[in-house]
This record gives sequence, C-alpha cells and structure tokens, in this order.
Amino acid sequence: MIEAEGLTKFYGPIGAIRNVSFQIEKGEVVGFLGPNGAGKSTTLRILTCYMPPSSGMARVEGLDVIENSLQIRQKIGYLPESVPLYKDLTVRRFLRFAASSKGVEAKRINAELSRVISACGLEKNADRTIHNLSKGFRQRVGLAQALLNDPSVLILDEPTIGLDPAHIIEIRRLIQDLRGNRTILLSSHILPEVAQLCQRVIIINKGEIVATDSPANLTSQLQKTVKIALELSGPVQEFAQAIENLTGVQKVSLVSNGTSKFVIETDPSSDIRPEIAAMAVQKGCGLLELKMMQLSLEDIFMQLVTEEPSEEGAES
Amino acid sequence: MKGFWPVFRKELYAMFMSPIFYVVGFIFLLVSGVFFNFILTQVILFSYQVAQHPELGKEFSMMELFLRSFLWNLSIVTLFIAPLLTMRLYAEERKTGTIELLFTYPVTDAAALAAKFAACLTTFAVLIAATLPGVIALALVAGPAWKLILCGYSGLFLMGCAFLSFGTFASTLTRNQIISAIITFGVLLVLWFIGEAKTAVSPAVGSILEYVSVPKHFEALSKGLVDSRDILFFFVFSVFFLFLTLKQMSSYRWRG
Repeated sequence: MIEAEGLTKFYGPIGAIRNVSFQIEKGEVVGFLGPNGAGKSTTLRILTCYMPPSSGMARVEGLDVIENSLQIRQKIGYLPESVPLYKDLTVRRFLRFAASSKGVEAKRINAELSRVISACGLEKNADRTIHNLSKGFRQRVGLAQALLNDPSVLILDEPTIGLDPAHIIEIRRLIQDLRGNRTILLSSHILPEVAQLCQRVIIINKGEIVATDSPANLTSQLQKTVKIALELSGPVQEFAQAIENLTGVQKVSLVSNGTSKFVIETDPSSDIRPEIAAMAVQKGCGLLELKMMQLSLEDIFMQLVTEEPSEEGAES
Repeated sequence: MKGFWPVFRKELYAMFMSPIFYVVGFIFLLVSGVFFNFILTQVILFSYQVAQHPELGKEFSMMELFLRSFLWNLSIVTLFIAPLLTMRLYAEERKTGTIELLFTYPVTDAAALAAKFAACLTTFAVLIAATLPGVIALALVAGPAWKLILCGYSGLFLMGCAFLSFGTFASTLTRNQIISAIITFGVLLVLWFIGEAKTAVSPAVGSILEYVSVPKHFEALSKGLVDSRDILFFFVFSVFFLFLTLKQMSSYRWRG
C-alpha cells in the first residue's frame, strides 16, 4: 500500500512536484504516466526514501518515509531510471551484495539468488561482468536486484526505456508475471505499455496530477464524441448528406478529397452504425468499411497534457 | 550499523579489483624499497663513523636512527597515496548513479560510511604492512626494537587514518574523482607545511599553526615517544572529517 499526501519537492528554487496526492491499494498495479520532466522520478525517489519531500507526507505499507525510512527500504524493491549497477562486479557477485545489504540471511542467499536469476532469465550471464552485458541484460539485472528479498512493494522507474522491442516484450512479460500480492508502481511515458500492464493510471504533468483512473474509464469518460470511419462506393455525395440528417450525428467530414472515406462524429450515447448500414443498402451504395474509432490512451494523454490550465481542473 | 558487512566486503572487493590499487601499491612499494636501501646505506656509513669516533654517539641506536628516517619518508609517500585511495569512495558512486541503490537499500548512511572508510583503512594497512618484512629482517640482524617498530607503525597508521578521513570527505564534494584527489592532496600538503609558517605570524597564531601541523604529531610517534596528545590529535581529526562526511551525505539526500 502506498499513500502520498500533498507531496512537494523543490530542487533549490525549482519546484519539481507540487501537492501530489494519491493512494495505491495493496496488490494494485498502477502506472505513473507523464511526459519527460513531469516529476515521475522525483515522486518515486521520495517513495523509495532516496530523498525526503520538501513538504507533504508519504507512507509505504503504513510506514512514514522520513520516520521509518529503514523499514520501508527493507520492504521495497526499486529499479531506478538509469539502472545504476556496480559494473565491475559479476552479476552473481552484485546480486549477492544486494541481497546481503537487503538483509537476506546468509543461508538463504544462494536460494534467493537462483530464484531471481531464473525469474529474470539471467542464467547464462550470471558469471559475466556487468560491464560486458548489453543494455537489455543490465535492465534484467536491475530488475533482479529489485526482486531480492521478495519485496511487497515494487517501484520501477521507466523499466523498458531504451530497450529494443524484443526486450521490451520480455520485460513486460516479466512484470506481468510479478503481479499477485505485490503492489507495483511503474512509471512510463509509453502509453500502450501502461494500458497493457496496469489496472490504474495516474497521469502527472508539470509536477501535478491531472487524472487518476483505469485506462478503460479514462478512455470512456474523456470521450466527448464517438468517431465512426466509413468507406463507400457508389453515389457518395448524396449519401453523406443523408447521414448528416440522422439523429446524434454532429459532423461528417471527408477524410481527403478524391476518396470516399468519411469520418462521422456522433453522440456517444447511441450507436448509429446499424442505421448507416441500412441506409447504404437503401441508397444502393457498396459498404467497404464501417467501424468505431476508439480514442486511444495516447489521445487522452495528449488531450490532458496539452489542455489549457482553466480546463484542467474541470477534467480531473 | 545495519548493512556494514555487505558494503565493507563489496568495497574491499572493488578496491582489490581496481587497477588503481595495484598501480598505487606497486609505486608505493618501489619507492619505499628505494628509501629503505638508501637510508640503510646512510645509517651503515654513519655507524662506521661512530665506530671510529665513539664520542660522536654514545647513545647511538642504529635501529632508532633507521626507523625514524624510514617512517618519515613513508609518511611523505602516504601524503601522495591517500588521495588516490579515497578519491573513488563517493565520487564514483555519484558519477555512476549507484548511490541511488546504496541510499535505497536498508543500509544506514553511517554504516555505509563506516564500511567504506574501514575498507580504505584496510587497504592502507595492507600497503604499509608490506614494508614490514624488510624492517623485521633488519631488526633481527641489528638487534630487537619491537616496541619502536610497533609504536612507529601505529603512528603511521594513525596518520593515515586522519589523511584517509579527509580524503573520504573530499570525495563527497564532487562527482569527479580527479578533483576529489586534488582537493585532498592540496589540503593535506598545506597541513603538512603549515607549521613552517609559525615564525611569520604572531606567537598565538603560530602555536595554533604548529598544533594543526601534521608532521609534528607524527614525529614523536616515529621516535617511539607515545604522547596521548598526538594520538588524540589524529583521532579527533579523523572523527571530525567522518562526521562532516555524514552531514554532507544527508545534505546530498535533501538536495536530491
């Protein structure tokens, strides 16, 4: 469980985050979404007790980040954004250091090491020096050290940044496997990733939280109109005018001149696709395509972070 | 002191894995070997003269004369190697970002500092211990002087302790190892020669300058004179800079 109340952090005179509050229940997988420099890493660094907040309060598993810093650090697994590792050590030696620092008992260390090494697919590279590993494997080592001592809270800062697509899929699969009793908070600026991995999304922009909800709810709530893509053959112009008269239709626009593709914007309350299909048959047009266009999380994100400040309050 | 041992083991491993240690160790042993040879030749020449003119040194002890010069030279070499041993302690962690791991593992700042400092001190102890076989062999030939050797080497160790504590502090000031080494070397050099300036200032200031001058405190110990004030000086010096290091670390945390 993670609670943040009115977190604020200043780096000198520059405010990184302002009044950030949220709550994450036990076992939830939450995505922390925002453009670069929005304050994601700052918030995560406060939660992991790397640095104290300038004001506000944060609790992890009911423990305060300032008062009970050591106990929290015992319970969390943290993967920092830059994946810092002691590169002169071999994977195994580094993990051994991490495990004993995290207070894993000496007799359990070997079992714990083989557990995280196999969970992160590092068997073949366990005795190589970290310096010689590729970025993808370093990321796995970073994830492996976070998993040591079976933390109840996992905090991952941009776990897939800078990886090739194959590794990204691997790491996402790994994170998916980690769900269960664990509370996972991961930050990202890649939207489909968050939509795929997380039950809930916290969107942060310029140091302030702008929205918190499940990816599905965010999509439906913020959708003011439903867009329908339509492609026809036959007497197109006449048909377009007829559609405009249907109830709920707000706007019909031609995608580009010279084609017969339309985008129809309608009221989200009713689905007019059956009527369009019926009308096409009636007018003798060939129906080539008819589909509902879902507003992607990407669109919502852009909508939220580019909105004027006055509208921001109303949206969130 | 939660987390002392893991960090200590890792630091020691990193130290003995790094090329810096082997280069510094090689140069240190080479230079101390040259000094050993040179000083021994001088002492032997002097002892011939004493043998011919007994009035030159009634209380002459070859071992004492040798050890005093040899340790004096070792202490100057220490001035050069201390910055090289400490420069990476925190500067490297900051540069590579691994300090973020260290700060978020359940290891207290004090334990991490103690572990780093202890690892550094161990390395230094290994280096000066490597010069002992020659000295012991000499003592076996020239007559026992075990107390003298023990006292002199303890003095060297204490002085090293003070130097390394300052170096540790300097390595928290920057993320650049070279800058950290230069700061350490510069400040230690000033502390080394500051006693010379006492004639140029008023007696009151002069006595302070003389007190903070490092060689004065080491000299007595190298002669086999154990004075609690000298031991206290090195002890307080070390504790003071380790304390500053700890404060610097928590300030670093706040600044983020």
